[in-house]
Amino acid sequence: MLHIYCPHCGESRDEEEFHPVGQAHIERPKDPDACSDKEWGEFLYFRRNPRGLHHELWVHAAGCRKFFNMTRNTQTYEIKEVYKLGEQPSVVAE
Amino acid sequence: MQHYSGFALLKHSFSHHENWQRVWRNPTPKKKYDVIIVGGGGHGLATAYYLAKQFGVTNVAVIEKGFLGGGNTARNTTIVRSNYLWDEAAHLYEHAMKLWEGLSQDLNYNVMFSQRGCLNLGHTLQDMRDIERRVNANRLNGIDGEVLDAKQVKEIVPALDCSENARYPVLGASWQPRAGIARHDAVAWGFARGADAHGVDLIQQTEVEDLIIEDDTVVGVRTKRYGDIKADRVGCVVAGNSSVLAKMAGFELPLESHPLQALVSEPIKPILDTVVMSNQVHGYASQSDKGDLVIGAGIDGYNGYGQRGSYSTIEHTIQAIVEMFPIFSRVRMNRQWGGIVDTTPDACPIISETPVKNLFFNCGWGTGGFKATPGSGNVFAASLAKGEMHPLAKPFSMFRFHDGSLVDEHGAAGVAH
Repeated sequence: MLHIYCPHCGESRDEEEFHPVGQAHIERPKDPDACSDKEWGEFLYFRRNPRGLHHELWVHAAGCRKFFNMTRNTQTYEIKEVYKLGEQPSVVAE
Repeated sequence: MQHYSGFALLKHSFSHHENWQRVWRNPTPKKKYDVIIVGGGGHGLATAYYLAKQFGVTNVAVIEKGFLGGGNTARNTTIVRSNYLWDEAAHLYEHAMKLWEGLSQDLNYNVMFSQRGCLNLGHTLQDMRDIERRVNANRLNGIDGEVLDAKQVKEIVPALDCSENARYPVLGASWQPRAGIARHDAVAWGFARGADAHGVDLIQQTEVEDLIIEDDTVVGVRTKRYGDIKADRVGCVVAGNSSVLAKMAGFELPLESHPLQALVSEPIKPILDTVVMSNQVHGYASQSDKGDLVIGAGIDGYNGYGQRGSYSTIEHTIQAIVEMFPIFSRVRMNRQWGGIVDTTPDACPIISETPVKNLFFNCGWGTGGFKATPGSGNVFAASLAKGEMHPLAKPFSMFRFHDGSLVDEHGAAGVAH
């Protein structure tokens, strides 16, 4: 069970209140019509899947219902840091 | 290979069973192979077995970082069925089902395949519509299936709460009589023994550190224990760690690795002689020959390579099981564990050529790979032997995520994803 600090609520809460959404920092192509099939497919379906540090988007679903980012180790499950949307992580996954 | 039979059992009883051969050798790898298979789980061993037996490619090594069948093969809930909705998936899983039906004889190894049937419950009108659609699709594909109403379900599983008072009343189910369960370890061991007997080298406790690639062509693997081992073709069958191997080869796969948990209860008297699955309340159970209830959870939502998940996930699963079977409410759980499953966006596997020549991947089986073990090995072996994909494997190319030709079994296959 993860113990997660919500940067909006300013409190650590049980994982059950949260919902993982997937990889963080995915940018929608600025001009989708100009994308090749490969580029569009990669935007839709290809996600980073590192064994180690990973930037993830989470939502405090049963709490403040706000989104935030988390840097977490997918091997040890250690949470390195949480930060709000629009902010950059201080620990960067390779 | 020593043949297993009643007569052999009798013969060896005279020498107190002390002279049975080792089931497989423990060889030192050669410098070069025709085919190297990375990953010695069920799918990898099945691939090696069919390569050697059916396609005559015997200069093969299986390289495994731990011990044979110690990953997801040892961690699944052993359910075998082929009632998938879409033609491509149905054909692939039915190919596996047909191989399951003769597998113990073929391997001369009892995989304890028990065709006890599988129920996929429907709790809403939409569930029932989906079930009818899927059963009809199955029958058109030559796969057995029936739509049952609640009364018929109750007759098959008396312990199931089919009353109208249930929170999510059972309205009916799809029923595949040929589905069932098999002994997961025996499957790995049977394929390993068969492959070894045909000359395949099973190299255990040897982790692949890198793939050796020259001019966009794979020429071998690099291991810490034995250094470089050359190969004409390399097949990666490493489930949860597929993305890590793909990264070594310099490309990405549309996979996310998640923890998937399962648990077993204390052994109890026979009460459940079939497999019961429910998407709606999200739980499934069967009873092993040993008597324990085998219960599978859904995946944990976050990515994880840790072979463990969160407690809340199995708690929800147990809630679903008690909802379905109130009679189990005081059964105690004995053990709980997790595996790493590599999930694809469309819940169908990737059996594919890659951007690197002579490098093939068989991965992305997600939460439901065990049922496909013989079929997956068979089509992957055919592909590795010929250097081009088997017709059943063609729809499962990794490039389908570029051109959009997905085989979308997500939510369609009665799978408790």
